[in-house]
Amino acid sequence: MTTAVMATLDPKSRAAARGMSDLAIRNLFIIPTIAFLIIFNVFPLIYSLGYSFTDFRASMNAPARFVGLANYRELLNDPFIWSNFVITAKYVIISVVGQVLVGFGVAMLLNRTIPFKGLITTLLLLPMMLSMAVVGLFWKLLYSPNFGIINHALGLGTFEWLSDPDMALYAVAIVDIWMWSPFVMLLSLAGLSAVPKHLYEAAAIDRAGPLYTFFRITLPLVAPILMIAIIFRTMEAFKTFDLAFVLSSQPTTEVISIRLYKMAFQQWQTGMSCALAYIMLIMVLAITNIYVKYLNKVKER
Amino acid sequence: MAHIQLRNITKKFGEHTALRGLDLEIADGEFFVLLGQTGAGKTTTLRLIAGLEKPTEGQIFIDGVDVGDWGAAERDVALVLQQYSLYPRYTVRENLEFPLKPKLRRVEPAEIKERVARAARTLRIEHLLDRKTDRLSGGEMQRVSIGRAIVRKPRVFLMDEPLSALDAKLREALRTELKNLQMTLGATFLFVTHDQIEAMSMGDKIGVLDRGRLVQTGTPQEIYNNPRNTFVARSVGSPPMNLVEGRLVGGRAVVAPGNFELPLNGQVASAAEGRPLIFGIRPEDIFVEPGAPIAAMIHDVENHGVEKILTLVAGEATLRATVPARMNVAVDETVSFAWNPEKVLLFDSASGLSLRHAG
Repeated sequence: MTTAVMATLDPKSRAAARGMSDLAIRNLFIIPTIAFLIIFNVFPLIYSLGYSFTDFRASMNAPARFVGLANYRELLNDPFIWSNFVITAKYVIISVVGQVLVGFGVAMLLNRTIPFKGLITTLLLLPMMLSMAVVGLFWKLLYSPNFGIINHALGLGTFEWLSDPDMALYAVAIVDIWMWSPFVMLLSLAGLSAVPKHLYEAAAIDRAGPLYTFFRITLPLVAPILMIAIIFRTMEAFKTFDLAFVLSSQPTTEVISIRLYKMAFQQWQTGMSCALAYIMLIMVLAITNIYVKYLNKVKER
Repeated sequence: MAHIQLRNITKKFGEHTALRGLDLEIADGEFFVLLGQTGAGKTTTLRLIAGLEKPTEGQIFIDGVDVGDWGAAERDVALVLQQYSLYPRYTVRENLEFPLKPKLRRVEPAEIKERVARAARTLRIEHLLDRKTDRLSGGEMQRVSIGRAIVRKPRVFLMDEPLSALDAKLREALRTELKNLQMTLGATFLFVTHDQIEAMSMGDKIGVLDRGRLVQTGTPQEIYNNPRNTFVARSVGSPPMNLVEGRLVGGRAVVAPGNFELPLNGQVASAAEGRPLIFGIRPEDIFVEPGAPIAAMIHDVENHGVEKILTLVAGEATLRATVPARMNVAVDETVSFAWNPEKVLLFDSASGLSLRHAG
């Protein structure tokens, strides 16, 4: 395959005139990328795997001592870590479900001829173009119990969104939903507009009601692309850090990546945090794998 | 089964008028073919009857009831489209069951099974029932979409060029099948096509549409033998009717550009005398034989096996004639021809209307 593609370099092209072979051009493009990936991704990945089996602390000069699986054993037995995972799971479920409902719902509303459709779509996409930290900061202001516009608009007095330990996680998830629903909307809109109109007409003729049409035609046809949106959002929500970190410092909003950050850069338990990072990596891979399996099944049908 | 009537239907899409003042009546159990070119308003007519579009003006009656405010579901019609519109990701069986499953219908599972089996048997797709729709050939897909229409026992079958995406052989086979199906079911069919052969071979009645107007309705014979105007004359028949300009002088046709003269039968209205006319004659009513009065040159010969189609040039007039395949003719040869004076049609040159219809 590859050789066939490469053999087609036009002998009269400028690259050929300069005496560059196909191989040289390929290397020119590929080697910097590969070098970058190796230095900044692959090397730290492997290096940290090594550290995860040691008691290394980056803050001390003491040499790393090999401790085998002790870090992993300790982490997986730590009830606090598990509570971090539970918080993360709760957060992922709330925010992904919320994003899919809002995003898909808005996409359904937009999937018709309405005036200013393009403008409305663009405006709706704005939240996801902002920086996470900025979003966190201004939502902190919006949520403020004293002068926040949310309490004012909802007439909630001095309700403490972010200081209330039971509410804080939901408050963070709401911001995430606000920010990332447009992403789900965008993908859903692409999926919805790809459903041929004549199918809806055929269904109308076949006397299918709106719900029946939705579940038998719309949803199955949009499912693959919606699934991709869900995969992306789950992965992102699982490793969310900035929003939760900026918005709230409650123990109830301590998602796993905040825990990891604290472990690595406040407590300087470098070896331990590498192990935790690996546990997270494996979990994200596992979840993604389940989704991808499901996605393939949906596509096959 | 149903009787359909459209009364004074006008449909506009913005500035564009798709249908103007359309009146149409389809009798119960009739196979009605709507013939017209692309953009003539055939599909619009179907969609109006199906309830997918609302007329700008006029009324639609099904079995004498004005269905103007009814949605597609209430009208109980079946629509088969050119692009099949099978539900993807489902098997053939699930596609056939689809219209029976909605709660609105309340069909018993046993009956669903029976109806699907019967439809599959009728259309000979039993072996495909458990196959996914994307693994079907074009002809099979179209059968399934017809099957989806017949499981429902609708009041009317609407078909929008269902055969035009198929290859010629399959088209021919399905044409016969559809006609048989309609006769077996005794159902009312409204079939839309731009193919005059489909119209002629399948229709009990044909309606010819020209740019949103219904020009003529009638049996295939009527449409063929007695077209209302030159448009209809050109629309049916292959090769189409010869239309030559000329005048009527003393009961004889004088064809202008070539200046040849041929007799007409006696009953032509003498009022037409001297007026610019168009004479219409079917290719099979032109006789090429030795000793015939008019000489012409053979411009082209098309051999169709059972017959040959000659393109004759007499003066400046070009005429097409069908002759038996045995006849030995060659391009550039000079032959002589005559026409069947009984069969010549006279059209008014300005309006294109047939004089028989006008008066």
